Amino acid sequence: MTTTYRDALRQAMVEEIERDENVFLIGEDIGRYQGTFRVTQGLFERFKQHRVLDTPISEPGIVGIATGAAMMGLRPIVEMMTMSFSILALDQIINHAAKIHYMSGGQFKVPIVIRGPGGAANQLSAQHSHSMEGWYAHVPGLKVVAPSTVEDAYGMLKTAVRDDNPVIFTENPGLYSLKGEIPDDKEFTLPFGKCAIRHEGSDITLVGYSRMTHVCAEAAEALDQDGVSAEVIDVRSLLPLDAETIFASVRKTNRALVVYEDWKSGGFGAEIAARIQESCFDYLDAPVGRVGGLNVPMPYARNLELMCIPNKEDVLAAARQLLA
Amino acid sequence: MVRMRAFEDQSVRAFRSGLAGGYLHVYTGMEATAIGWLSSRQPDDPIITAYRDHAHALYLGIDPVVCMAEIMGRAKGTSKGKGGSMHLYSADHHFYGGWGIVGGHTALGAGLGFAIKYKGGNQVAHCFLGDGAANAGVFFEVMNMASLWDLPVIFIIENNEFAMGTRLEFHAADPEMHKRAEGFNMHHERIDGMDVIDVRRDAQRIISNVRETSRPALIEVMNYRYAGHGAADNDQTLYRSQQEVELAWKRDPVHRLANLLTEQYGVNKQILEKIQREAEEEMEGVYDEAAASPKPEPDEVYSDVYTDMQPERGH
Repeated sequence: MTTTYRDALRQAMVEEIERDENVFLIGEDIGRYQGTFRVTQGLFERFKQHRVLDTPISEPGIVGIATGAAMMGLRPIVEMMTMSFSILALDQIINHAAKIHYMSGGQFKVPIVIRGPGGAANQLSAQHSHSMEGWYAHVPGLKVVAPSTVEDAYGMLKTAVRDDNPVIFTENPGLYSLKGEIPDDKEFTLPFGKCAIRHEGSDITLVGYSRMTHVCAEAAEALDQDGVSAEVIDVRSLLPLDAETIFASVRKTNRALVVYEDWKSGGFGAEIAARIQESCFDYLDAPVGRVGGLNVPMPYARNLELMCIPNKEDVLAAARQLLA
Repeated sequence: MVRMRAFEDQSVRAFRSGLAGGYLHVYTGMEATAIGWLSSRQPDDPIITAYRDHAHALYLGIDPVVCMAEIMGRAKGTSKGKGGSMHLYSADHHFYGGWGIVGGHTALGAGLGFAIKYKGGNQVAHCFLGDGAANAGVFFEVMNMASLWDLPVIFIIENNEFAMGTRLEFHAADPEMHKRAEGFNMHHERIDGMDVIDVRRDAQRIISNVRETSRPALIEVMNYRYAGHGAADNDQTLYRSQQEVELAWKRDPVHRLANLLTEQYGVNKQILEKIQREAEEEMEGVYDEAAASPKPEPDEVYSDVYTDMQPERGH
């Protein structure tokens, strides 16, 4: 059926709450207020406080309580009002949730999902626009996914809820109203650690995830007009990372451009670029290119904000340089 | 208490001899708190504590050899040698660790109470923390949520009067830390932690009340840390006098119980000496057995990062 990214996320959560009595939602203003981005709209009325729990504004406490509950077998889905607020909870996520299985020698599992909008929305400025996925993808013990399509949002959230490890699930706010199809199958799930090829090509590989997948696809269509055949790889899952699909594409096209919204310096795209260089050096006809977010705090003014976020023109310019 | 103390003597020996690395925090002087409290729990109550965790693990029934093996980083340790002294765990004994970030685990403790309530169980979660941890921001957040949501959790502050090397009077605006629960509409009280009989009596009363009401509580147990903060804390004159430590030894919970047994119950001193000797021999054997046990296989480094996959291999 046709739906939106936002509604697909909600549909996935409804089905998982109904499937497993241990699944519940916890977060700030997700219940009575219906969720800041309306992802949880209607769920409080439907499932009541036992399954959809409003919290105080206490991110470390929320994540820690959810983690402790997960150690005893519950499967919490924590909504971060924005992933920028998860910075407050880094200690609970990195020092606690991500370490428990290892530090206990495999005795305790932490089946927790931390999801919410990550990346720039619309003039939310410097404290609400962070792309956090690269920070989390640095941490062994976490899984980190960043779906770009409606079907992926639906299938990967269901996978996240069923996973026995802590999963960071980041949703770019620019995608919430995106339309697409989801299958009519409550058991539909999509595995982590598999890239998707969104546009086949033979001259250059554009690698992106989340909203940047769409920017890459727009650039690929424009390159088609120039007679350049670009392949678009949607990474989908940063940790685990399906590097082989990226490498296979680069070995075919001999050129790679990595596109990411996070700050260019030290963002996850730098990791992908390094891996391509390590594993595909002999196949490369040009240096591995990167287009990342500007290395500045996100400004408020719309024109400045738009400058910071990579767009089609930025990708085209970088691609043409690699092809020259 | 005697076994705990003998175990800690051996754990310090392991540290001094180089068989244990990292940080090592011993419980010597505080035994009456863990024993008095934990002897009052229900067997399936979940227990969680910070990094001074050996005594809790032993009392809950985890094999001392397995605990010592963990402290020595051996394959048969509670965490296969991957946790260390600060991170002992046992799912079988409902022991949820063993945590090193001061105050961080109090949120997990509240989460254990959350899970009990969610599932409709009748257990109570027991979350031990130090007086230093009671200053961490997350602790205030979870006291609020525990009370707001009626979670069956007891936060037990083991107030040994020092946050590492900073005395209570220098780290707490009000040294009566239990009063912090007042703002969260939570039951709170301060009890003596140097007499195991008293701790047990108070714990039984408090725990049964929490179990019946599903209302959380904050209990401040006053005891004293005879040892340094950690095994590497070798100049205690920086924060306390020798006279103070000597005075505190006069309140030693082990001697207190021994005196009670001999003076009021007519127990023969030789029996107590035999218990002491047996505990020392047992823990010497524990030391030897753990020290003789194998180290983890190299491949173990990759296991247990995830439940269902391994991280990428190599540097």
